[in-house]
Amino acid sequence: MQTTSDENLIGRIGGGDRLAMQVLYARHHVRVYRFMLRLVRNEATAEDLLSDVFLDVWRQAGKFEGRSAVSTWLLSIARFKALSVLRQRGEEELDDEQAAAIEDQADDPEIAMAKKDKGEALRQCLSKLSAEHREVIDLVYYHEKPVDEVAAIVGVPEATVKTRMFYARKKLSELLKQRGIDRGWP
Amino acid sequence: MTTANESGRGDIEDLLPWYAAGTLGPRDIQRVETALAEDPELARRYQLVREESAQTIHLNETLGAPSARAAETLFAKIDAEPARAPAISGNLGARIRDFFAALSPHTVAWSAAAAAIAIVLQAGVIGVVLLNEKNGGGYETASAPSTSSGDGTYALIRFQPQSSAADITHFLDANKLNIAEGPLAGGLFRVRIAPTRLAQTDRDRLITTLQTDQVVSFIAATQ
Repeated sequence: MQTTSDENLIGRIGGGDRLAMQVLYARHHVRVYRFMLRLVRNEATAEDLLSDVFLDVWRQAGKFEGRSAVSTWLLSIARFKALSVLRQRGEEELDDEQAAAIEDQADDPEIAMAKKDKGEALRQCLSKLSAEHREVIDLVYYHEKPVDEVAAIVGVPEATVKTRMFYARKKLSELLKQRGIDRGWP
Repeated sequence: MTTANESGRGDIEDLLPWYAAGTLGPRDIQRVETALAEDPELARRYQLVREESAQTIHLNETLGAPSARAAETLFAKIDAEPARAPAISGNLGARIRDFFAALSPHTVAWSAAAAAIAIVLQAGVIGVVLLNEKNGGGYETASAPSTSSGDGTYALIRFQPQSSAADITHFLDANKLNIAEGPLAGGLFRVRIAPTRLAQTDRDRLITTLQTDQVVSFIAATQ
């Protein structure tokens, strides 16, 4: 079955086609929402931003040049909106050292259980990463973005993307080690 | 493992997250697979990457989805936006490419035939006008009466891509329809569905009837 390409939808949206907008929204809204929710950590804020992102798409579709995938363009807009909110909040991301300190405070039942369940421990540690590290890990593993598209979304060179991914994974291993799970790497 | 080996492994190891996600190019896939086959320590580390990938997906999938409120807000804002003319963007080439790619060979052939007929008719009209002028006669088209857009009832129709030219011609003839414009953006045709301006209820009834024909993919009333 043939489906209309995202690029075609954007072309139609540029011409004011509301139905094309509904199709594009249905196709991408969940992933865009989750990407922003992981950054802003607030469901209501992420929903508000979601409307703003797609409203920008409606307004800017005529200017889309197709240099990257439409999903990459959407995530770039989403990232900009999410970071703007974080800046407005003046909210400092939880520092990695602080996060580690909190986890070290006590080997409570929750942590003990996490030690038994490596998957759960990994997910908890993924949530403890800095916004910068969460972002690159989500883009690579969940949003399935190749190196060049991550670079386009984040606005850094491709080499920096690889380096950032390495340090994000390294930090993940350190957090796991603090929970008693030694992966033997790095 | 020596330092030299560790250094050589580093380049490949950097690629493992993208290899796990399936987003590497063929050349890099080949490099990674060769290295994984030759280096047990790298293969062990790749298992760590796979665990991270699986848990990142799991974590994101449990985040839930936005409520209907987000869509309602968005489309209320869109409806409040001023109407705009179709944009002629830098993406026009891609749109034209997509349009033709979406058409079946039958539809393309049919469109070409329709365009050829239009050119012949136009040439005929011009010829008659020139002939009349030469003979000192007044302006009179060879075909009458006029079907200017001010008359009649019109609809936008998109035909099923798999419909043949014969199917579409039969549909037009059987329902006494005339194509006024097209193909327009999105593969639409502006079709005169009645020679006079019908009342809305009659027009809607006619459109509902036409909609049931298997060659019709989309139909909506238009001016």
